[in-house]
Amino acid sequence: MDKPFAITLDPGSSLANKTGSWRTFRPVYVDRLPPCNAACPAGENIQAWLFHAESGDYEKAWRSLTENNPLPAIMGRVCYHPCQGGCNRQFVDSSVGINAVERFLGDEALKRGWAFEKPAKSSGKRVLVVGAGPSGLSAAYHLARLGHTVEIHEAGPLAGGMMRFGIPKYRLPRDVIEAEVQRILDLGVKLKPNTKIANIADAMKAGKFDAAFLAVGAHIGKRAFIPAADATRIVDAVSVLRSMEGEEKPMLGRRVVVYGGGNTALDVARTAKRMGAEEAIIVYRRTREKAPAHDSEIEEALQEGIMVKWLSTIKQADEGEITIEKMALDDSGFPQPTGEFEKLAADSVVLALGQDVDLGLLEGVPGLEVKDGVVQVGPNMMTGHEGVFAGGDMVPSERTVTVAVGHGKKAARHIDAWLAGETYAPPPKHEVATFDKLNTWYYSEAPHQVRPVLDIIRRQSTFEEVVQGLDEGNAQFEARRCLSCGNCFECDNCYGVCPDNAVIKLGPGKRFQFNFDYCKGCGVCATECPCGAIKMVPEET
Amino acid sequence: MSFQPVKFYQTGTFTVGNRLLPPEQRSVQSQEKRYNSINSGHRACQGCGEALGARYAIDAAMEATNGRLICANATGCLEVFSTPYPETSWQMPWIHSVFGNTAAVATGIAAALKVKRQQGERRNIRVVAQGGDGGTTDIGFGCLSGMFERNDDVLYICYDNGGYMNTGIQRSSATPPAARTATTMAVGPEPGNVFGQGKFLPAIAMAHEIPYVATATVADLRDLEAKVRRAMEFQGARYIHILVPCPLGWGTASHDTIRIARLAKETGVFPVFEAEHGEVKSVLAIRRQLPVEEYLRPQKRYAHLFGKTPQVEVIARLQALADRNIRKYGLLEGN
Repeated sequence: MDKPFAITLDPGSSLANKTGSWRTFRPVYVDRLPPCNAACPAGENIQAWLFHAESGDYEKAWRSLTENNPLPAIMGRVCYHPCQGGCNRQFVDSSVGINAVERFLGDEALKRGWAFEKPAKSSGKRVLVVGAGPSGLSAAYHLARLGHTVEIHEAGPLAGGMMRFGIPKYRLPRDVIEAEVQRILDLGVKLKPNTKIANIADAMKAGKFDAAFLAVGAHIGKRAFIPAADATRIVDAVSVLRSMEGEEKPMLGRRVVVYGGGNTALDVARTAKRMGAEEAIIVYRRTREKAPAHDSEIEEALQEGIMVKWLSTIKQADEGEITIEKMALDDSGFPQPTGEFEKLAADSVVLALGQDVDLGLLEGVPGLEVKDGVVQVGPNMMTGHEGVFAGGDMVPSERTVTVAVGHGKKAARHIDAWLAGETYAPPPKHEVATFDKLNTWYYSEAPHQVRPVLDIIRRQSTFEEVVQGLDEGNAQFEARRCLSCGNCFECDNCYGVCPDNAVIKLGPGKRFQFNFDYCKGCGVCATECPCGAIKMVPEET
Repeated sequence: MSFQPVKFYQTGTFTVGNRLLPPEQRSVQSQEKRYNSINSGHRACQGCGEALGARYAIDAAMEATNGRLICANATGCLEVFSTPYPETSWQMPWIHSVFGNTAAVATGIAAALKVKRQQGERRNIRVVAQGGDGGTTDIGFGCLSGMFERNDDVLYICYDNGGYMNTGIQRSSATPPAARTATTMAVGPEPGNVFGQGKFLPAIAMAHEIPYVATATVADLRDLEAKVRRAMEFQGARYIHILVPCPLGWGTASHDTIRIARLAKETGVFPVFEAEHGEVKSVLAIRRQLPVEEYLRPQKRYAHLFGKTPQVEVIARLQALADRNIRKYGLLEGN
């Protein structure tokens, strides 16, 4: 007994008292699906690559991005960014400029010459990809990274598909397409241009291919019957845009009328303006709200002086003049003729009424189903013919570059599984991190960084790129506006706010862990988690 | 503002940590190896604001003194839940005093350390005293006022949860008007605590013109840590008053502790400021102002204000008090 006077017990630590036994609810770390990722047709893990961009590790960000999409410099220019429509930050101030950061990463990769990692080993399987548009390129890339030997057969002289022959230069400079395609070819993908496939079954047999992915796109302009005088010049939008790539530029005249309300109509009108047309007028039978074109494109076109006749159809085309009829929407929102006519001066009429698929190569393939002019595919992107998959504009889809890239990826995964005699089952999707799951108190005020835009005079006379890129400073700022919805970004809040020291910090990049010996289940960590990465669940009794 | 905020790094200085900040700019609480002066296993209720506030404050003081710190602790929740004999959660030299004399005990420790230094002790060991609002504003007030006027070298920290929560939620002189406690029941013509009584001790501490007085809440960690650090730069008497919501006494959800503290600050109910030698030097401005109702409604101690006929007049009086704070301390002026 050498204890001090009146002391009979050694001082003990409260660690002996396991307060975890009080708990009725337990906190659980979760990874919820950020709404941007949920909205991305290419299945990009946007929050994950922004996370790396935030810390300035652009190469890691780019590598994370290109796990899903091999064309970020292209996509950062032409994608209509549904991700930004989903972004939770729009309810705080305005959406994160994901598309602008993607473009910055894409351009940075091209500038620094980052290359894709080659697959560790070859599978020995051969896959034929038909068409070098976004869908075909995406599939080729993913198949090559999975170790398959890929050959792309392209009917046209150059790779890119509608990205080259449908999207004007002022939106997508051609050197960007060249560079991003070349990077895929450097992976070992073989591109055969000027190789039109007459019959897919014969081509597969001849080339000893184990599977095929069809992505021929849709590039035959739809026609509409317009009573016209012989002298009237009526052309279709796709041929106009395609001939822009050749030596002989299309002759459209001083006054050009474009018929249609989609993005292609706007592209043609804007192209005509740059070619020197004094007037470029779009005629569309419905309203601006109902037009399939994206609003940002309509806005840019209007800025450039394109005129639009909403609620109008072309009744007749004569030499140097057309007649249009005014329409009115009926109760079901469908345009009905009003009997009111107007005359417009026009040297040429360009039809931009949508595109059809050239299905020639599929003749005689058993099992294949074609409906409404497009090829039907199952959930695994396989056509009715075993081993022949299809994607992009030639299957039922929204017909954007992003959707096409997504199809290519999805098909590649299914082809890979099919070649191994397996079925690809996508991992279950996490619950979406909706705005109500966030605690936005913790985010700093940070205004959206706007991309610079070319001045209007140059936009009306040259094919220079209209929307410019962000520099490193504002691209990183923009990346850091990300709220990291549903995914821990290591802000230490849970670790700091626990009144019971029951959160263990595992170190940079390793996140945290609960110490259930002492966690009383108060839930402060879950309430104060900025990004909604902690969930309270009832304890089992 | 008591510290230089990071204006923009995704979360700036709002979160506990921030992986984008250089390590030296991060908070004490974000460190992987922080002091954890009050350790796990204490018997505080789920979501206890006081347990959290005490760790925030004492860890910051430990950091500022390199761990050379002695703590005197008044009787109250904090002492009872942390140190039921023979166990303790404190990982530092810590002494339990009776309810009313913590300030005097701390004064004694400071005096003893002064003698030891005269005898050759080279380490600069500092003293902190802490207690709840009952032990500080009521029972220990005489000792505390003496410690202030003698300017003894002690940092006194009061954790204000507005009542005697340990003994069953009785009223203290820090209980806010209209709040229900066991001794100010929600009955009669003026239910809850009366208006016009009680005291705001930070103002009284300032009247002593001691070197440093500050208020803080558990909702603003960076501000709290900076104030403790600043307090340790002074010799003499210093006082920090920290608002710590009590889920049990206030009738709030255990997970809402920090949210309620934040609402107290954002509505102007609790002014967050710091003062040197009796003069206010800075305030933590309201970021997104809210009406007091937002603060009152989630608390059951104010439930009688939101019954079948809402007590609009009482709410208006509470709003007027908040507005007076906002005016008096300039809480809406820029940071």
